[in-house]
Amino acid sequence: MDRLALDVAHLFAGGLVLVSFLLLYQDRMTGLVNTFAMHAVVVSLSVAWQAYIQEAPHLYITAAIALVVKAFVIPLALHRIIVRLGIHKTIEPVVGIGLTMLAGIGLVALSIMVMLPITAQAGTLAREDLAFALSVILLGLLMMVTRRNAVSQVIGFMSIENGLILAATGAKGMPLVVEISVAFSILVALIVIGIFLFRIRERFETVDIHLLHEHRGEQP
Amino acid sequence: MSDAAALAVAGILGVPALAAALLALLPDDRTAARLNALAALATLACALVLLAHRPPPGPFLIVDDLNVVFIVLGTFVGFTTSVFSASYIAHELEIGRLTPAYLRFYHAMYQTLMFAMNLALLSNNIGLMWVAVELATLTTVLMVGIYRTPAALEAAWKYFILGSVGIALALFGTILVYLAARASVGEGLDAMAWSVLVERAHGFDPALLNLAFVFLLLGYGTKVGLVPLHAWLPDAHAEGPTPISAVLSGLLLNVALFAVLRFKTIMSANPGALAPGPLMVSLGLLSVVFASFMLYRRQDIKRLFAYSSIEHMGIITFAFGMGGPLANFAGLLHMTLHSLTKSAIFYCVGHIAQVKGTQQMSGIRGLTVTHPLLGWGLVLGVVAIAGLPPMGIFMTEFLIITSSFAREPVLAVVLGLSILVALGALFLRLNTLAFGDPQGSAEPSKASFAPLFAHLVLVLAAGIWLPPALVAWFQHVARLLN
Repeated sequence: MDRLALDVAHLFAGGLVLVSFLLLYQDRMTGLVNTFAMHAVVVSLSVAWQAYIQEAPHLYITAAIALVVKAFVIPLALHRIIVRLGIHKTIEPVVGIGLTMLAGIGLVALSIMVMLPITAQAGTLAREDLAFALSVILLGLLMMVTRRNAVSQVIGFMSIENGLILAATGAKGMPLVVEISVAFSILVALIVIGIFLFRIRERFETVDIHLLHEHRGEQP
Repeated sequence: MSDAAALAVAGILGVPALAAALLALLPDDRTAARLNALAALATLACALVLLAHRPPPGPFLIVDDLNVVFIVLGTFVGFTTSVFSASYIAHELEIGRLTPAYLRFYHAMYQTLMFAMNLALLSNNIGLMWVAVELATLTTVLMVGIYRTPAALEAAWKYFILGSVGIALALFGTILVYLAARASVGEGLDAMAWSVLVERAHGFDPALLNLAFVFLLLGYGTKVGLVPLHAWLPDAHAEGPTPISAVLSGLLLNVALFAVLRFKTIMSANPGALAPGPLMVSLGLLSVVFASFMLYRRQDIKRLFAYSSIEHMGIITFAFGMGGPLANFAGLLHMTLHSLTKSAIFYCVGHIAQVKGTQQMSGIRGLTVTHPLLGWGLVLGVVAIAGLPPMGIFMTEFLIITSSFAREPVLAVVLGLSILVALGALFLRLNTLAFGDPQGSAEPSKASFAPLFAHLVLVLAAGIWLPPALVAWFQHVARLLN
């Protein structure tokens, strides 16, 4: 495989890790959602490049779905939810941003140290791709752990999905899973929005009612 | 011959899928509950055909000695639960906790769940298995949140988040297994077909397999409910409808464990790879110890039995981790009996909670006085689940402890003591629940007792006499797992 093709593949995969870091230090909802859209754009570029160098046209479909759904549809929906619920400022990190970033760097180092030695047989392309993919997955997990807010958790989860797509496309010739996992990520995203909408709306109502009852000295 | 088998496989997958579509369209609730039970019965019938005839393995589906056990057990519990569900749901409609629209959704989801679980068990492709487990997770998430109370939505959310993280880790592990296999099997479907993987596993790169197994164990282990990945399990059991608690404990945990076992077989077939046993033994033992102590602090009756499920899944994982023909045999039998017993307990608990109008154990007392059948059913169920003779679980726990005592005496002692601790907690609770002055409503329950006692009779029978054919079959499977 020629040098340039590899370099571009690494550029996109490395770029995805970088955007994962960007996700970690967002302190505003809108910024977070926009950064996630960028995450999705980078992953779809990466998948499209893989489709080109592996000569696997079905991967273009994966790339297109990632682009349309994760870079446009879901961010737009999330923006609407955020505006409607008026929660655009509420990101409550459990751990400070600085500490989270340090932990993130540690996780990336860990995934590179774990993946590179053992994937020696897997071919250069898959090798670095897997190391980057594991970094993205671990950073997504870190984000889910360090954020209390539901929207941030969903975005953390979807960034994990992007990392998985990167890993699956890096594993050359892997059947089925890319298409199916993309279909599922759409389903997951739909459910997330559904649960999320119900959750927030009904919770606020109940919490309010509960408070009222308590003020009157009654249990609901 | 093989036509019947192919038809049976098609039925196991097709009947629930069709029924799900039909139930989503049918508006009438009474027919819906009946249709649900009927579809589950038809699926069970198809599963029984597989005992006699088996289709040859294909690239996507396989029927072998291991998954037949799980499928027959799964479809049986699926059928009895659908019978229980009919009477449970009728009551929920009466008191207005569920509306007909949600009910339609509930029945469709029930059949979708059955479809997903059967697909996960039947799949020969590790990618397809992952998809099926994911589908099962999503349907149960939706069903856990069906009451739309804040607590139910919170539980569904927690389950969704933890379950998806687990499932994400499992997918990464699956990709790594494919990579490990690609080098020697070549690209394409064969490198994901489980039957091919097991045959060729000795040539795989051990380092990749090791890493893959860690991810798979953590990923599917989350769904098994192993400590420290269990946090979703008690909430999901407590806040969803009780038939779903029964299906979760009785079936879905088994399906996840089945996935772990499939990959364990691949690991064991590779001489250079890490031995999967010690990892499973430690996670299993940790779950048993943790859950048995946590049983003492429970206030909610469904949470109590959810923690008991964590304990038993720990025991089963411990047994399979120990390995060897005897421990595997005991683990398999324990899994079967636990499914039967725990779902029976949940049938009982579901009606109890409906009659008393609460799940808090402080509001339930003296059941044997007010509701003799439910009360004694609960007593029998708890006696069985706590592992007292003559019920079958006593025998399997005894086998697991004695077989591991010869190899790891310290671990066996810890396991035995934890089981005793759990027994103490269960009887402490049972004493106030079943006996003493009655508390709460005494109105008779319109329960269907057939599923409850059918399960308990089976568990009792297993403790007294196991048919030699069954023993031979389980022994054969136990040897295969080695």
